[in-house]
Parts: sequence; structure tokens; C-alpha cells
Amino acid sequence: MQLKNILKVAWKSILKSRMRSLLTALGIIIGVAAVVVMVAIGDGAQKQVEDQIASLGSNMIIIFPGSVNQGGVRGGFGSINRFTLDDVQRIKDNATLIKAVTPIVRANSQVIGGTGNWFTQVLGVSPEYPEIRSWPVASGEFFTERDVISRAKVCVLGQEVVNQLFPDDDPIGQQIRIRNVPFKVIGVLTEKGQSAMGTNSDDIILAPATTVLDRLLGGRYISFIQASAVSNDQIQQAQEQLRQIMRDAHKLTQGEEDDFTVRNQADISEAATETSRILTILLASVAGVSLVVGGIGIMNIMLVSVTERTREIGIRLSIGARASDILIQFLTEATVLSLTGGLIGILLSFAVTYILNNYTGQAALIRPEIIIMAVGFAGAIGIFFGFYPARKAANLNPIDALRYE
Amino acid sequence: MNKNIINIFNLGKVYKIGEVEVHALRSVSLSIDEGEFVAIMGASGSGKSTLMNLLGCLDKPTTGEYYLDGVNTSKLTKNQYADIRNQKIGFVFQGFNLLPRTTALENVELPLMYDRINKIKNPLERAVEALERVGLKDRIHHMPNQLSGGQQQRVAIARALVNSPSILLADEPTGNLDSKTSVEVFSVFQKLNEEGITIILVTHERDFANFAKRIVELRDGKIVRDYMISKRLNAEEELEKLKKEIVEEV
Repeated sequence: MQLKNILKVAWKSILKSRMRSLLTALGIIIGVAAVVVMVAIGDGAQKQVEDQIASLGSNMIIIFPGSVNQGGVRGGFGSINRFTLDDVQRIKDNATLIKAVTPIVRANSQVIGGTGNWFTQVLGVSPEYPEIRSWPVASGEFFTERDVISRAKVCVLGQEVVNQLFPDDDPIGQQIRIRNVPFKVIGVLTEKGQSAMGTNSDDIILAPATTVLDRLLGGRYISFIQASAVSNDQIQQAQEQLRQIMRDAHKLTQGEEDDFTVRNQADISEAATETSRILTILLASVAGVSLVVGGIGIMNIMLVSVTERTREIGIRLSIGARASDILIQFLTEATVLSLTGGLIGILLSFAVTYILNNYTGQAALIRPEIIIMAVGFAGAIGIFFGFYPARKAANLNPIDALRYE
Repeated sequence: MNKNIINIFNLGKVYKIGEVEVHALRSVSLSIDEGEFVAIMGASGSGKSTLMNLLGCLDKPTTGEYYLDGVNTSKLTKNQYADIRNQKIGFVFQGFNLLPRTTALENVELPLMYDRINKIKNPLERAVEALERVGLKDRIHHMPNQLSGGQQQRVAIARALVNSPSILLADEPTGNLDSKTSVEVFSVFQKLNEEGITIILVTHERDFANFAKRIVELRDGKIVRDYMISKRLNAEEELEKLKKEIVEEV
């Protein structure tokens, strides 16, 4: 039989008992919809986390100071801190796979200026910071290399600081005092929103690293180093290159442990998305069980159908249908039934995710490959659970089938 | 002389029902030529249906050999068996055996759908043509339950004919029909036979057997008589007579 006729026969016999077909397909409809919606919720949550991490910057690599092992007692990260601006300079000079690098010097302080005072995060960075974080200034300008060299008392404000200290005025050109040191505001950053860690990214003041080190802290150690690799696919190599440079800089001999840790954005996002991924897998498996149960429903109905249509099978065999023709006919019927159920299930899942996205706070994201997978899985279930009844039909003896009452 | 189309030698069939062996057919030999019209007769349990099933390649004999159109069927595979049923044999059953909720046309088309050898290009025209031959041109889109018994049986005959088989087998084709309709169906058979189609049918009514050309009588799985009919009845004429009788009664 031609495929067209096989499909026509299958479709006709499905339509002959509409209610039964619908109820049978309902198992698959609910199963597929459940799987797709569950995965969509998981993916939605993951996407939110990923977006937040992407907002950290582009192709970002972070070097943290390492832990120290003194007589068997191991401190946490930063328990030894030997990062200096020299390390940053070395990276700048030697790392060919690094596009930009900046030291980060933390100096959180109470800031006075404009209409009042405000406690905020003050970071000492290099002029490359906006490029690494993909975070340009909205107005004014960022400080330059010259400001770094001259330890200029200039700063750039985040939007939140502007809101707190200069709600009505233009802050550019104004003076603020950080730890009693006067700084001139030369720029304002664009708004970035919530960070991956849930804090407000815009609650920040940026100043040249040298100024912060010498004029605010009076130290020479920087908190950590951020760098940006030239391209996304070279992050691994760039990371390795950075490690070698840092080992040279810290004069570590062969076999000695790194006294720093190099992490890239992917590592960080991986850790953050791990939880939501496990949750997704869990939810999808539970939903998958209902899909399998739906498949058993199909098998059940197909077995009933084969028994009911024994005479029809006998007629078909007696006029020259081969066993394989009968097998294909019933297999097609089961598959068409489950595929149709799968398609309806996907439409249902679209409706559910639409409601989730628009009327609840839950983000849900349907990826195209999930649709293909769900439909494919539904089809596979039809074939798998349809095979036994179909084979039973195909193995019937024509005479017995014809005599069946 | 006409071409020999069916040749069976010492054909036997044993059914096993539990421990008991039932010899439905014992060593039957028979030869049928092209263009013949054979009626197989016998009491119930005489083995005529078993013989029909074997001739129709619906079942395999336990012993003996069956040559259909020169091919030894006992050596064929299951699929080849199916193809023979499709290509060389047209089967008409007592219970019509039409697919329910399927139009006459689609029922007749069905054997062409399973034809993997000729790959029929125009199944629709062929089916319409077959229905015309049995005089049902104006009923092609009717469902079986919208047709009378005689019409249903004629659809079944059309379905048996549509693949231009070498032989037409009919197992008690009029068993479920009243006598007037039965004669009508026989007139279709006679017409087809005149057109050159070989027909073998099972019946237990001698009146109807006389519409054939030759009678083979079975008893206890053996052929007891095999003879040509001397006073053959013409179904058309019988039909005319029946009509007159009805008119006179009124």
C-alpha cells in the first residue's frame, strides 16, 4: 500500500471512534504538555540566571586571590593576598588572548555629597572596566590612563548613587567626599539593574585603582582581577595563559600550588544554573512518567481494536494483504494517534506557558528542540506501544480471523 | 483443449483439536480447466469448505500438492501466498465480508491497494468497471448497510473480480440470501463464466448446483462423484419464470 493510503486508512479508523480516540490520545496530550511545560519552566528559570550572569560582562575571566596552606591549616580564598597592580600590568603586557584587564580594589565607604550621604561600594578599576563589563557611561566620560597614572581624584557614579545624592541636579562636575577625600564626578554610568547575586549593580562608584589604593586605602594589594578574553571560544586558552602569567609573576616553582584561582563566566553560570537544571530534570522525569502511562493507554486501546477488527483483518488477509501490510496498518494507527496527541499537547503547552508568562511571575521558555524532542518521543511511544498489538494482528491466521465472531 | 488451471494431487488436511486428529480432507485429487464452472457439493462436515480454503490459499494442506496455474503452491512462503490470493484468486464468502462503514467503491478498490506486483495506476476506474460488471454502477458510493444482501454479495463479487484473477472461488455465496436473490447472484456468476472466468463454488442446494457445468461431490473428506451436468439451468430464464410466478400469484 502506498503511504498516502496507509495514512488515510489509519486516520479513518481513528475517526470512526472519535470519543475513544480522543480519550486515548488524552494520555499523550497531557504527558507531552506536562513535559514541555515543566522543561519550559526550568529553562525559563535558567535563562533568567544566565541573563543575569551575562550582564556581568563579555567573555569575562576573574582571577581571585588563592588560599594559603600554612602548616596544614588552609585558609579560604583571599587568605593570602598578593595581587598587585604589577600583576595586572604583566597580564596587560603578556596576555595575547586577553582583550582588556582591570584590577578591582574594593573600598566600600560612606560617601558625602550633593544632598546628603550614602554608604556604597567604591571600586578602584582601570579605564578598561566599562569594556570588560559592557557597561558604558551614560553621560560625561570615564577616566583615562592619565588619571590612573596621576592618581587623579575623579570618579564615575552608578545610577543608584546619583538617585541618592543628586536626585535633582546634574552630578557631573560636582564634588563628593569619599572617606573625607574630595573626588570630582566626571561621568555617570548607564543603568544596569539587579546583578546575578541579587544586589543592585547601580549602587556603585568607580575611581582609578591607583587613587583608591594610595589615597583611600593606603595599601598595595588589590581584591581581584577581571579580564576579558578576545573571543568566546578562546576563553579556555586565555584562562590557561593567564594562569601561566600569574604563576610567573608569583614566581611559583614547578609542583607548587597556584596561589590564586582563575574562573570564567561559564564556570560561574554553571554553578548558578546547576540547581535549576536538576529541578528541570526532576520535573521532566515526573512528567515523562505520565507520557509512558499515556503510551500504555494506547497499547490497551490498540489491543481492543485488534480484537474488535479481527474480521476486518481476516478480510484484508484473504484479499491478499501481507502480514507486513497489517502490521504497518496498526502501527501507523498507533503512531498517528500518539503523534496527533503530541501535537495537541504542544498547542496546550503553548497556551499554558503563555498564561505563565503573562499572568504569573513564573518565566517559561519553550525551546524549539524541546518541541521536536517531545513530538519525536510521542511518535516513538506510539511505535513502541503499538508494536505488540500490531504484531498480534499481523500474525492472525486468515481463516481463524474470518471465522471470528 | 482448455488450459489446465488447478491440479491437486492427494491433498489432505488434518486438524488437531486437542489430542484428537480430525481428517477434514483425505487424499483428494482434482483437475480443473480454464473456463469451467464447478459446484462442490456435500453435507456439512464433508470437507468442502476445507477444500475451498486450500484452493483459495487461505490455508496450507497437511499432505499432497496443489498446482495453481502451473505453480506448486506448497513450496511458497507466507508472503507469496498473500500475493497469490491477491493476484490469482478472487474469493466470495457466504457472509459477504465487506468492510463496514466503507463504501462499495472503496471495498472493491481494496485488493488493488495490496497489489505490489502490477502497481495499478488507476484503481478507481478499475473498481468502477468491476462494479459495472455486476450491475451496481449506481450504488458505488453506498455503504454496505445501505445495500440489500444480494447487492452486498455483488459488491463482494466485484471485489473478487477487480484484480482479474485466474479463478473465482465462492463459499456458499447464496447461503444468506433468499431464493430469488440467489438466482440473481447465480446469473451474475453465469455471465462472468461466459466471459471466460473460471468459477468454483460450494453449495449444498442441488437446485443451485445445476447452474454450474460440473458437480464434484464430497463425503467424509473424499470425492465420491465428479460429473458434468446434462440439464444445465440458465439463471436468466429461471429468473423470468420466478417473476411470472409472482405475477400470477398476485
